[in-house]
Amino acid sequence: MSAAMDTESTYSGYSHYSGHSKKAHRQGRDRHKSPRSKDGSRSEKSVTIQTPPAEPLLGNDASRAEEGQDDNWGETTTAITGTSEHSISQEDIARISKDLEDSVGLDCKRYLGLTVAAVLGLLVFLTPIAFILLPQILWRDDLEPCGTVCEGLFISVAFKLLILLIGTWALFFRQPKADIPRVFVFRALLLVLIFLFVFSYWLFYGVRILDSKDTNYQGIVQYAVSLVDALLFIHYLAIVLLELRQLQPMFAVKVVRSTDGESRYYSLGHLSIQRAALVVLENYYKDFTVYNPALLTASKSRAAKHMAGLKVYNVDGPGNNASGQSRAMIAAAARRRDSSHNELYYEEADHERRVKKRRARLVVAVEEAFTHIKRLQAEEQQKAPGEMMDPREAAQAIFPSMARALQKYLRTTRQQQYHSMESILQHLSFCITNNMTPKAFLERYLNPGPTLQYDRDRWFSKQWTLVSEEAVTSGLQDGIVFVLKCLDFSLVVNVKKIPFIKLSEEFIDPKSHKFVLRLQSETSV
Amino acid sequence: PSYFIFFSFQQRIEIHKLRQGDNLILGFSIGGGIDQDPTQNPFSEDKTDKGIYVTRVTEGGPAEVAGLQIGDKIMQVNGWDMTMVTHDQARKRLTKRNEEVVRLLVTRQSLQKAVQQSMMS
Repeated sequence: MSAAMDTESTYSGYSHYSGHSKKAHRQGRDRHKSPRSKDGSRSEKSVTIQTPPAEPLLGNDASRAEEGQDDNWGETTTAITGTSEHSISQEDIARISKDLEDSVGLDCKRYLGLTVAAVLGLLVFLTPIAFILLPQILWRDDLEPCGTVCEGLFISVAFKLLILLIGTWALFFRQPKADIPRVFVFRALLLVLIFLFVFSYWLFYGVRILDSKDTNYQGIVQYAVSLVDALLFIHYLAIVLLELRQLQPMFAVKVVRSTDGESRYYSLGHLSIQRAALVVLENYYKDFTVYNPALLTASKSRAAKHMAGLKVYNVDGPGNNASGQSRAMIAAAARRRDSSHNELYYEEADHERRVKKRRARLVVAVEEAFTHIKRLQAEEQQKAPGEMMDPREAAQAIFPSMARALQKYLRTTRQQQYHSMESILQHLSFCITNNMTPKAFLERYLNPGPTLQYDRDRWFSKQWTLVSEEAVTSGLQDGIVFVLKCLDFSLVVNVKKIPFIKLSEEFIDPKSHKFVLRLQSETSV
Repeated sequence: PSYFIFFSFQQRIEIHKLRQGDNLILGFSIGGGIDQDPTQNPFSEDKTDKGIYVTRVTEGGPAEVAGLQIGDKIMQVNGWDMTMVTHDQARKRLTKRNEEVVRLLVTRQSLQKAVQQSMMS
């Protein structure tokens, strides 16, 4: 069977341009595997299989399928291809307009905040140095000589400033990873605090020292040292408020995706709603399987069929009682003895079976394909330079033997949009390079993975809106619900408080573990 | 009229031991004892009874010939009390090498048998 599949896949690559003959051949192939006369000329086990044509095998197939020519698509999506095409184009327009109008406004806000913080930081950093240097510059001759005490204080100021610099760099100099709707409350509070603090120090300095030209230089230097100490304490406050406070988990947050009900739980500490939304979104990209609109069509068509076929006739006369009519329709539809549950059951069982069959074929094809490749050791590399291939060429050589099986499997599980031939070839050469087994290669295709695994333009989820009844800067409380909406679906987030745990202790003496045998023996006498 | 009278009566049974090679055997098995688990005894009426019970009687053996039945509770062996002994003590008292005859006092519970016997006698 594998021999027939191998030759069929290369054959299909060459007969790509004739769609009709391909369709006919596929029908023939699926029904009865008729031996072909061309088998003798192509040896299925040799490494020198001709590479497929440059046009992407899978990509074109997918587009052809959307035109409705492929048999596999016909039965499931005839009703939906029209609407999905329309909705995609509308969504594209919406997305483009949103991008245009948002990019300008948000960038300004973000950069304004950053520049304010940077300017303030620089000012604060230079202040102690200014406090120390200004008397030297302005009234050097009047100053009392200060000796070793001052020099010791200079060293301590220098090192404390260095520590402050490193700490600020570690804590605050990070690439902003998100745009949040409202200002970050704690950060703003800290900036205001620092500003007031430094302002009051400058005020005091200006009035008491600059105006009166104080000659006690040691006092001035000690004043500068106290400023640096206070700045270090503010830095400590910043760490506690911004980083440490939310580490202890206080809330368990349940995130449910509205389209298919996939849900996860996360643990969060004391955060504001917008920061909690950020954490949820960061985890969304790596935990939730990718949103696949092709999987949702079945339930919609079932629901449509359920209510269709019922018409309401108003017998009693004019009067448009709309709610009464709809209620009557719902009641009639519920009472109607339809067998849609049967349909669902058999359809799902059938689909399961088909997926399992295709999966088995795929696994066998890939395992066999991988046996064709052997890694050359260093000494062998000198001996046979003629046939050596780099990973990319090796991948291209074995790809045709598994292409058909992989394509069919992806189509059955509706994943074909997410994998182009180029990405598959890349992944294959990556697996070959890293000595991965066929199962490791297939791991990416057998089950849908998290969103991060796929190409960015397949994500369907880049712009998010936070919808909340409470103010987004208020903290999380038990029972809060907020929604993270993107264009195609939304994530409903439900916050629950972790219960107060009462833990008591019980001491067991290790010597108190005693046992007795319960026997019932029988002895013959 | 047949009533189900449930009472126990005592019986004296004299068993002559059979010599098999080097051993003298009686032909039945005992269960129970004060060191055993009384709740697992299928023959006792009271599940806290730690007495010695007859759990099996070999066919054609000396015990069966003498009239011992399965489920009998052994109260005395040759005058020795068997109601508060361990399993091993009971075994020892039954298998004394210098005794050829053991006289048991057993208690048996009967339902219909008692009625029939009283009616027949």
